Amino acid sequence: MVAHVIPESIRQKFPVLSFLVLLFSLLFCFPSLVWAQESPYIVTYDHYLEEPGSLEVEYFSTFGTQRGGNDFHAFWAEFEYGATAWWTTEFYLDGQTTFHDSTVFTGFRWENRFRLLQREHLVNPVLYIEYEQISGADKILKEIEGHDVESDFADSNAALRKEHDHELELKLLLSSSFKGWNVAVNPIVTKNLLPSEPWEFAYAVGASRPLALKASPNRCNFCRENFVAGVEMYGGLGDTQSAGLHDTSHYLAPVVAWNLPSDWTVRVSSGFGLNDNSHRLLLRWGLSREFSGFGELVGRWLGSLGGRR
Amino acid sequence: MKTASALFRSAGRFNLAAIAVVVFAIVVFGTSRASAQNKDAGAGNIKQSTYAALADAPAKARERKNPFAGDPQAMAAGGKLFEQHCAECHGMKAGGTRKGPSLLQEEVQEATPGTLFWLLSNGVVRRGMPVWSKLPEQQRWQVVAFLQSLKVQAMNSQP
Repeated sequence: MVAHVIPESIRQKFPVLSFLVLLFSLLFCFPSLVWAQESPYIVTYDHYLEEPGSLEVEYFSTFGTQRGGNDFHAFWAEFEYGATAWWTTEFYLDGQTTFHDSTVFTGFRWENRFRLLQREHLVNPVLYIEYEQISGADKILKEIEGHDVESDFADSNAALRKEHDHELELKLLLSSSFKGWNVAVNPIVTKNLLPSEPWEFAYAVGASRPLALKASPNRCNFCRENFVAGVEMYGGLGDTQSAGLHDTSHYLAPVVAWNLPSDWTVRVSSGFGLNDNSHRLLLRWGLSREFSGFGELVGRWLGSLGGRR
Repeated sequence: MKTASALFRSAGRFNLAAIAVVVFAIVVFGTSRASAQNKDAGAGNIKQSTYAALADAPAKARERKNPFAGDPQAMAAGGKLFEQHCAECHGMKAGGTRKGPSLLQEEVQEATPGTLFWLLSNGVVRRGMPVWSKLPEQQRWQVVAFLQSLKVQAMNSQP
């Protein structure tokens, strides 16, 4: 599909553009029946998993300001699949453009979320396990860990790309829904797989609520129940060698999600740095679409391949 | 030598990424297919178990009344929500599909509003029905109002 849309010369020069065109083509062309009811969080996780057999394709951008360096635009694509009602698995591809520098692919992540309790409780725990293989140039800032600070990102992409990280990230997603409100708390532990590297700690917390709790009888784009607003806060908590809040960065971010009846969800967040170690502004936005019956479709396709043999 | 080393590193990264993608695909689709095969093999059992889950509702939950009972606006809103969130598995007319049981069956239609609300809120996770507490309480009651209106519609359509 990309070959028809973008000339070869442009594809070679702008691989990221090609990837984005492919992603958006997929988002627009695939039919779907399910209307997503997504939370507005971009960093924090609540306890709701993807519906079994559904694939959610998401694109996110983060524009970040940088003191002592160039501002940047980091972006990532997420492919989130509901393997079962208690297990969601997700694959990420990350990249970034640093202004007056370059555009680089910065790595991939594979996350899995497991619902620990069958039924709803006052607090619902979900176990989150992620493996990531990223370079030091990764700037999506999906998690702020340990002693991550703004100055870590001031170097050029060429210098930052020399660092390669293989990390394991564990989170306990604690989330509660009551009277239309959702409150989520995520303690985070990260370990670079090099033995010499310490365990790093972090947190993300969020609260959100739809603008209307009752649904209107008509199908509408601008009904208040389609909008979910909230706030999230996230930051680092040091590491095993040096725990505490010194040399850590923290952000407070109002967030809004707009769930459209046409299966699309738009999210916007403006994160404000809370101390001198933080980027002053992390402006984020995301677009996602859910494809129901994706697993069944692939199953049928695999079945037909097996049948031919 | 440096170039060879860089190429090797690059190839190594590529291989790891490729292995991760392949493992991801095999595990996920393997699980989905196994789950689908189990469903096919024991469709009767699933149906029984899903309806049996209605019996798990605690007495206090069963007794809860629907604040929107008999409200045509709520039923219409519930119908819209059903179409958006439930029809994929239970069918556009709630008659059931391969993925989810019929909601027109006696077990569902005879259940109290509180029981349906409880099931909607808690799901039947081990059988593939997600938890729907992400819909606000009012919207879950609207869905219950819609589900219970199906019984009236069925009775009215009988000759």
